[in-house]
Order: sequence, then C-alpha cells, then structure tokens
Amino acid sequence: MSLDLPSSGVFSLIGMNGAGKTTLVRILATQLQPTSGRASINGMDVMKDTRKLRDHIACVPQEARAAPFMTPKQTVLSYLLWRGVNYNEAASKAVESLSRVGLGDQVDVFNRKLSGGTKRKVLVATVLSSDADVIFLDEPTTGLDPISRRDLWDLLAGLAKDRFVILTTHYLEEAERLASIIGILHRGKLIGLGTLDQLRAAVRFQYSLMLPSSQAVPHVNDGEVTVGSMGQTQILTNEDEARDISRALLENGTKFSMSRISLDDVFFRLVHGAAEEDRR
Amino acid sequence: MRPSGWQVMAGILVNAIYAMKNYPIVMVNTVLSPLSFLTVITFVSRGQLIGEAIEGGFIMSMFQAGMSLQGDLSHFKNDFKLQDMVVSTPSTPLAYVTGMAVGEIIYSVPALAVLVVLASIYIHPDAASALQLLAVLLLMFLASTALGFTLSTFTSDIIQSFGFSSLISTLFSTLPPVYYPITYIPLPFRYLAYLSPTTYAAEISQNLTGMVQLSSIDIVVAWVVLASVSFVLLLISIKKARWREI
Repeated sequence: MSLDLPSSGVFSLIGMNGAGKTTLVRILATQLQPTSGRASINGMDVMKDTRKLRDHIACVPQEARAAPFMTPKQTVLSYLLWRGVNYNEAASKAVESLSRVGLGDQVDVFNRKLSGGTKRKVLVATVLSSDADVIFLDEPTTGLDPISRRDLWDLLAGLAKDRFVILTTHYLEEAERLASIIGILHRGKLIGLGTLDQLRAAVRFQYSLMLPSSQAVPHVNDGEVTVGSMGQTQILTNEDEARDISRALLENGTKFSMSRISLDDVFFRLVHGAAEEDRR
Repeated sequence: MRPSGWQVMAGILVNAIYAMKNYPIVMVNTVLSPLSFLTVITFVSRGQLIGEAIEGGFIMSMFQAGMSLQGDLSHFKNDFKLQDMVVSTPSTPLAYVTGMAVGEIIYSVPALAVLVVLASIYIHPDAASALQLLAVLLLMFLASTALGFTLSTFTSDIIQSFGFSSLISTLFSTLPPVYYPITYIPLPFRYLAYLSPTTYAAEISQNLTGMVQLSSIDIVVAWVVLASVSFVLLLISIKKARWREI
C-alpha cells in the first residue's frame, strides 16, 4: 500500500471486517510494528522518529472505553498528564475540552453513569484536549444510536477544521458525510483512494435510478439492473443513458428517483471486483 | 526519554487514587491477604512464629503488589484500551509502569502500616537490619513488577490475566516458606522451595532479625539469587514486554 495524504480534514478508511483498517491505524499510531514497508506522518517515520511523532498524534483505539470508576474530567486530565502536561494546565484543559463537546455540566459524573454516546464523547474530548495535529479514531461510532452518531459527526467535523482526522468506520454514510478523502481497503490492499467523485470515476457507471417494485423495468442498453429483495429495481448506468431512461420514465408517468451513485455502490463494486480478482 | 513526574502521576491517579476513592472495598483485600496468613501462622505456632509471619507479611504484600499490577495493567490494556492510548502519546513504558506500580504500593499502604506497627512491637530491628529488609522488599517488588508488566503485555483478556496472577501468587508467595523457616518443611520439598525467589527473601529477613542462623556463604548466595532474579526479570521486561506490539 502506498499513499500520501494532506494534513487537514478527514481521511476515512473503509473496508470489510479483517480488511486491515485497524492494523493500518495501529501502525500509523505507533502501536504496532509493521513487518515491512514505510510510513511517515508530516515527514516523521513511524519507526525511526517514533518519539518525536508521538508528540503530534493522538488515538482513540477501537473498542476503547472510558474507565467506569473515573469521571470525564479525571479521564481527560490523566490522559493529558501522560502527554506531559502539568497538573493545573491539564485540569483546566480537561474542563475546557469537555465543555467543547457539550459535557461541561457532567465533568464530575462517573463515566459508568453516562450513556454510550456520552462515553464516546468523553473519549473524543480526551484527544481533542491534546495539541496533537493528527487524530486517529478507530470506529468511534460503532454501536451508537442514530442520534448519538449524528451528534458525534458534528463533533468530528469540528475537530477536523484544525486537525487531520484519520477515521475508520463501517458506516459508509459516515465516511460520505465527513471525509474529504476516502480509502477503501481490501485484504490489506488499498483498492480505492480519493474524493467521492474520484472513487465514482473508478467504477463503470456513475448514475443510479431506483424504481419501486410495482413499476415495469425499462430497457437498458448499457448498464446493470439489479432487483432487490423487496422487488425494487436499481439501474446503474452512465450519464447519457440515465438521462434517456429518466426521460422515458417521466413520459410514461413512472415513479422513480435518480442520483449519482453512492459510496455504498462504489464500495460494493470495488470490493466485489477485488474479490473476483482474488478468486482468479 | 526520562519519564516526567506528571506521566508517573497519571498512573498513580488512575491505578490508585481514583480507583481507591470509588472502590474502597478493593483495599480490604490488600489488607486481609497478608494479615490472614500472619494470623493463621501465629495461632498455629502459638505465637512462636509471629516474627517470621510478620516478615512473611511484608514479603507477600510486596510480591502481591507486583502481581496485582499484572491484573490491573491487563485490565486497562484489554478492557479499556488504555495502554494503546498511552502508547500513542509522548509517555514511555517506564513512566507508565512506574506510576501504575507506585499505585499498587499505595494500595498496600494500610497493610504495610499494620505490619510496621507489628514489626516495631515484635521484631524491633536495628537501623542496619531495617535498611537491609527494605532492600529485600524493594528487590521483591522490582521482580514481581517486572514479571507482572511483562505478562500483562502478553495477556489478551482479563480471565487469562487473573489465571496467571493467581497461579504465580500461589507458587511464589503462598507455597514457599515465606511465613515460617524453611526447616519446617520436609527436606525434599526444600529443594523445590529454593526455586522461588521469595524463599531467599524470607531467609535473608529471618537471618537479619536473628530468627534463623545462616552461614555467610548462604547469605551471600541468597542476596545474589535475589538480585539476579530481579535483574533477569527486569531485563526480560525491557527486552520482551510488548509496549508497542509486534
């Protein structure tokens, strides 16, 4: 794998379970030694300049939990002490950071009494409190309800204004919403990298038409037609044909929706294609 | 990089102060464990072995502090992913372990305080003996801390970790003649007892306070074994412990 990334915004890594997302994050966050290859962040090699690099990074690992016997303030404060910040400064930064994520009135409540979404916010506040330029968040929204997830998205979007966030996720909508660059991993290989538009360009058809189950499927010259389990039809095709089909559907009074293909479609096609190639 | 005081303090706060404030029940075990053995040995020996039992209580407290560290570090690493979070900071394994280990000692303070009071009543060692006893206890703590940290970095869940710490505690602080002189156990078993560093720690302590008489050579051998075991375990922890995983 070889990639160069900018130093602001959100880079989202997506892939199936076991694709290597967490392994890559752990290597970049200096938690795991790579068996081969090179990686550097802001010119600092993850193996050679480890100590220097650790001043500039912060990480919330996958499945990280705020200790239940501690309060949010104690959680953030102790993390800052480990970063070498003095006690008084750490204490005031902890309160400031928790306030930024909306937990200003819960700094002294035990973590065990907080909801799942709030506990994740505590962890985000922890890395937010540091002066790290690069933040790693490994599946920070897994298991959260839709409202909490959206709350956290707002936080992450704010975080990415002045830092570079490397985010892994299984929620493609999350990557689509937050990421300026998306990487698709498959079995340790980067099979797609770029903005959503660049990734769309990597697949054959860029437009999607959806027809409800009761509608007749029109003839498609160049495209893919898929019938879903509920009978709904998806047509993937190029821009010209999408325009022709939609015109015909409008003339017939057929209900349909048309959009550019989603990250979901791109992901499915790229991963499916890579798996096919592996089989060959 | 030298560990900063703040980094060490973080470990003390997380592993002792915050936990102690919120779960004071944990302290009861650290007091009861060494004192219960002391009580049993004292009653069974009709008070004759109270001096040895007090010294055994010190040794067990220090050894168990190191083994508790193994359980706690494993818990923080596997259940909270705290170690990974700290690895990606400017902190060092030395700062992390030192803070956490001092935290374990703080937990043992109530037990140690009781033992110090008992020692001043029943053993009353002179200053030189007290200093040597302190050195023995520090070596024990160093050895068990190094062992505890190394094992914690290899354990993948808390059940496995508790299995290790219980086994090692039994093998090194319950089974060996820590609370009584080695002459109380049958000869063939004495050879087995000498496989444990705590046996040497107990022998040195009992000799210092005049409870057993060792030859000069035996004393030197005991110190050399104790120091070597601590050094080797420390070396293993530096070389083999997985701060950054491979």
